[in-house]
Amino acid sequence: MNRRPGFIVYGLLAAFVIGSALPLYWSFVIGSHTKEEANQIPPPVIPGGHFIDNARRVLDTTEFWSAMLNSVLVSTACALSVAFVSTLAGYAFAKLRFRGSNVLMGFVVMTMAVPTQLAIVPLFILMRDYGLLDTLVAVALPTMVTAFGVFFMRQYLVDAVPDELIEAARMDGCTMIRIFWTVAVPAARPAMSILFLFTFMMVWTDYMWPLVALQETQTLQIALDRLALTGQGQTTDYALVLAGAGMATVPLLILFALSGRQLVAGIMQGAVKG
Amino acid sequence: MSTRLDEPPAGVAPSAPPAGDRARLVRRHRLSRWDVKLSPYLYISPFFIVFGLVGLFPLVYTGYLSVHDWERLYYQRGEFIGLENYRFVLTDPVFQKSLVNTFSIFLMSSVPQVIVAVAVAALLDSQLRGRTFWRMSVLLPFVVAPTAAVLIFGSLFADKYGVINAMLEGVGLEPIRWHVDRWWSHFAIAGMVNWRWTGYNALIFLAAMQAVPRDLYESASLDGAGRVRQFFSVTLPMIRPTTIFVIVTSTIGGLQIFTEPRLFDDTPQREGGPDHQYMTSTLYIYVKGIEDQFYGRASAAAVVLFLIIVGIALLNFVITRRITRRQA
Repeated sequence: MNRRPGFIVYGLLAAFVIGSALPLYWSFVIGSHTKEEANQIPPPVIPGGHFIDNARRVLDTTEFWSAMLNSVLVSTACALSVAFVSTLAGYAFAKLRFRGSNVLMGFVVMTMAVPTQLAIVPLFILMRDYGLLDTLVAVALPTMVTAFGVFFMRQYLVDAVPDELIEAARMDGCTMIRIFWTVAVPAARPAMSILFLFTFMMVWTDYMWPLVALQETQTLQIALDRLALTGQGQTTDYALVLAGAGMATVPLLILFALSGRQLVAGIMQGAVKG
Repeated sequence: MSTRLDEPPAGVAPSAPPAGDRARLVRRHRLSRWDVKLSPYLYISPFFIVFGLVGLFPLVYTGYLSVHDWERLYYQRGEFIGLENYRFVLTDPVFQKSLVNTFSIFLMSSVPQVIVAVAVAALLDSQLRGRTFWRMSVLLPFVVAPTAAVLIFGSLFADKYGVINAMLEGVGLEPIRWHVDRWWSHFAIAGMVNWRWTGYNALIFLAAMQAVPRDLYESASLDGAGRVRQFFSVTLPMIRPTTIFVIVTSTIGGLQIFTEPRLFDDTPQREGGPDHQYMTSTLYIYVKGIEDQFYGRASAAAVVLFLIIVGIALLNFVITRRITRRQA
């Protein structure tokens, strides 16, 4: 059946997309005006020329660069770890037979539904007892592995690696770990990069756990949190705050521009198979 | 079915060594057996060890803390006090309020979100020009951190200088006190959540719609069903499993909402408004547990919220399943 969309479909979609983009546009509008201009009634609706000034003020009031570096470090570490650990476990669940595999996989699926966020108090106590509070290790640890990652990789690898290939490798006398590296990892690479992206974004945008685990050290979200607190009690300096919000968003926007296709594919794939 | 590897294949040592090297062959064979037996466990162990330490153990420990007192002065666990913490939390008006707020914000976000997401997915599920462009555009808000999103929306919904109030006044309406009025604050917070997640869920629905066999539409069309009729009689029933999935995951996420109410508050306490009018239960747990160090009470609240989330997720599942069966 021919389902060529008409003008209405494009119009409705465009309206939705414009609506989605407006808040971002707005943050740039306010972020590029002076504090006084930003608080005018009615507010400005087109970008001004003071973004650089505001950006400088953001750098003066927060430890923006070190926070950015911390976010990059933590997100990269978690994303690498999740991608690798999930591939190992996902491969075992998808392709190897061992006692208890069904029960253990059932356990993994179940834990996907468990909100670990609720366990912040014991996690906090744990990190304090081990002297890890206020370190990046404490921020990264809870996300070094995820049940979703294992589930996702298993689903992917069931189809991506033909059993015959593994068998042929065994015939040639390959050890199990060698098969993993030479057969499973290359086949898993597309899914690994999607998992890497998702984990990176999840850790980058997380606010609650860094808020609990950190005191002096900052991630980007914590820096934004502190920025929002400056000048409290008076009129909020939205020019400053929104310039900061914009600056913190730019790295992810760049990542999105480079890999949005994969992100879209990842979401759609996860749903079809999940 | 697939052949799997619980036995090493026959030709494990392909170039058969001369007789006399039998001992070596046996040893190799045995090593290879162990390799096959142990490797799966080695591969899954990093996940289970780390998850046990930072995922499972804290959850169990939450339950343990919830039935114990806590000596705040000495930073020590106090004695076993049974359900006392639960009694405190369940009778605490602030916690009760937080539960109502959580549900209110959750419903205001998830219901319109699912409906709009399905609609957007239906729009995307046609032979669009520039498909990738549209899909990526729809996903754009997802890459904005909730922190940044709250700050942006906080300025849009500002009581004094906000654009939305300026617009309301422009058309002669009263400005709304977004940060003061309880239900309007929920509306504003739900707005941020919807903004970030609707496009994401639309893509999940889109994936499900594309898996619907096209000949179903053809035969519906031959039966004289129009676009709209096809959508309700073919598309919606076919994507029901995905709908369950989206509803369950958005329940789990939605009932834990934290960043938005925490940052939407522009008073120094930041406990969900001066009157806790938009304090959520997760925020309650944070304030009680981390800021006030009532570890036992916070843990009891966490257990209660956990049970609620699991209960609702199950209920969602059962209800949606039942509806599916009746229609099938």
